[in-house]
Amino acid sequence: MSQTLVELRQVSKFYRDGIGIKQVVRDCTLDIERGKLTVVIGPSGCGKSTLTRLIAGFERPTSGTLMSEGRPITGPHKDRLVLFQESALFPWMTTEQNVLYGPAARGEATPQAMQLAGSLIDRVGLTAFRRKYPTQLSGGMQRRAELARALVNNPKLMILDEPFRGLDAMTKSLMQEYFSGLFQEMQATVLFVTTDIDEAIFLADRLIIMTNAPTRVRKVINVDIPHPRKLADIVENDSANDVKIRALSILHEEAMRSFGGSAKASADFVQAYAARIGRTDSMTPGNPAP
Amino acid sequence: MEMVASGAIGREDSRLAMIRRRLALSLRSPAPYLALLGFALFLGFWHLAVEVWQLPRFRAMPSLGAVVGDWISRDPIYGLSLFTPEYYAHIWASLRRVLLAFALATALGVPLGMAFGWSPAFRRYVFPLFEILRPIPALAWVPLAIVMFHGTESSVRFITFLPAFFATALNTMLGVSSIDESYLRAARCLGASRWQTFRHVVVPGAMPFIFTGLQISIGVAWFSLVAGEMLAGEFGLGYVIYTGYTLVTYPTIVIGMVTLGLVGYVSSAIIRLVGRRLMQWHARNLGIEG
Repeated sequence: MSQTLVELRQVSKFYRDGIGIKQVVRDCTLDIERGKLTVVIGPSGCGKSTLTRLIAGFERPTSGTLMSEGRPITGPHKDRLVLFQESALFPWMTTEQNVLYGPAARGEATPQAMQLAGSLIDRVGLTAFRRKYPTQLSGGMQRRAELARALVNNPKLMILDEPFRGLDAMTKSLMQEYFSGLFQEMQATVLFVTTDIDEAIFLADRLIIMTNAPTRVRKVINVDIPHPRKLADIVENDSANDVKIRALSILHEEAMRSFGGSAKASADFVQAYAARIGRTDSMTPGNPAP
Repeated sequence: MEMVASGAIGREDSRLAMIRRRLALSLRSPAPYLALLGFALFLGFWHLAVEVWQLPRFRAMPSLGAVVGDWISRDPIYGLSLFTPEYYAHIWASLRRVLLAFALATALGVPLGMAFGWSPAFRRYVFPLFEILRPIPALAWVPLAIVMFHGTESSVRFITFLPAFFATALNTMLGVSSIDESYLRAARCLGASRWQTFRHVVVPGAMPFIFTGLQISIGVAWFSLVAGEMLAGEFGLGYVIYTGYTLVTYPTIVIGMVTLGLVGYVSSAIIRLVGRRLMQWHARNLGIEG
């Protein structure tokens, strides 16, 4: 079995933008390795979400190829499941019905599937809430319910597109530790998209840094921090800090480069990272660390 | 067997207890007393304005005493009261027309609205025509309806049906197009077919809008029914009001009006209840239910 689950080769994506054409992804080549948590990070608005839609099969590339297990990706499939930025739990179904929706829709709601659903609901700590509707759950619970709804289908790849955006800081860090432990335990293959460098380093086995739009891979960094990880430890971890400094300097360069072209994107970027850059003593804006 | 029965009784008991609790709660809140006070003030003003102060413009109006007296009389002076069978025959005639028109409007309007929302191609063909026909007041259809249906009964029903149909179709369409794209994507991802997506996502997702549409629909049905009955009826509450005017039996007019108010209120309350029943997830969402 090949080590690579999904491969992108020279993928480009254009959108019609009024009368003009906008290139969002340019010649993007990357691999998603089995059993690893791959984090994609890049400035907001750089085209990361487009990339996830391409990999999920919701959209077709303008040029280039996307393969999953050696076969071209032609449309959405239960092997590649997406957790969206906003909760996509069906509000008219209970937690249990939501989790079982995939198997039920495909006519696979066997006793085994029901049992798996039950144990996953238990695993994400929602047994007491299995008959509740999504609006009766907190933000963190919704994320966990959605995770169970995806996992029950045994997907080969889980795609998480900024799944913790909009959660409060406390819940967010709890969810990060929880997801990290769960994916580690399940040996799941995960593609995780974020704009948060701390979140990225905490979760990643492989960190892929994207360029500004039109996006492609700028740098791949392997994060060799042993599991299980704790958020509190990561702050003091030398190799984590080393990765962070390298990543920030690249991201900072990207921001500077795009100043001429897309002032809005880079203004957002600088705003988002200013605080973090200030916290890293070896680096000041305009004077990137080696 | 016994356990099941006692379980059912227990549920029944708890439901009764819940109703009692809710009743006690609402009696403790100021709302019911304020409502009663509102009624009392209105009726008091009516009585004083007509009989005591004899204000200009009110002098010719039927008094509260005359209306109520006739309404509850076993031998009404003007021929219509709670104790005459004609009263119920009129209510039944109107109710039957409204229910028929409403049922037909729902049976045709909901599928049409669904088709508008679901198929952009269909919408492009039909919606512009629909939008030109929709603002034409139902009353403008009266002459054509009479010519078309050769009789009053069918034409009154047609006039009642028309605005109800437009309201239902339009709201259903809004409901379908209000459904978040991420729900549709999630369903596709999890392996739902187009038909399953329609049944499990589009229909329940549009349901809150559909029920808003049905509420509006029954309201406008009553509205145009009365107009139709005044012009072309031989029975019904609109007919009662109009003949009350031509025969100068003014208390009968008011009896007809109040009855319309009551029947109209009850009919939309029933729709609201059915909607709440069908959409418990939505009721919870709005904090209406526990």
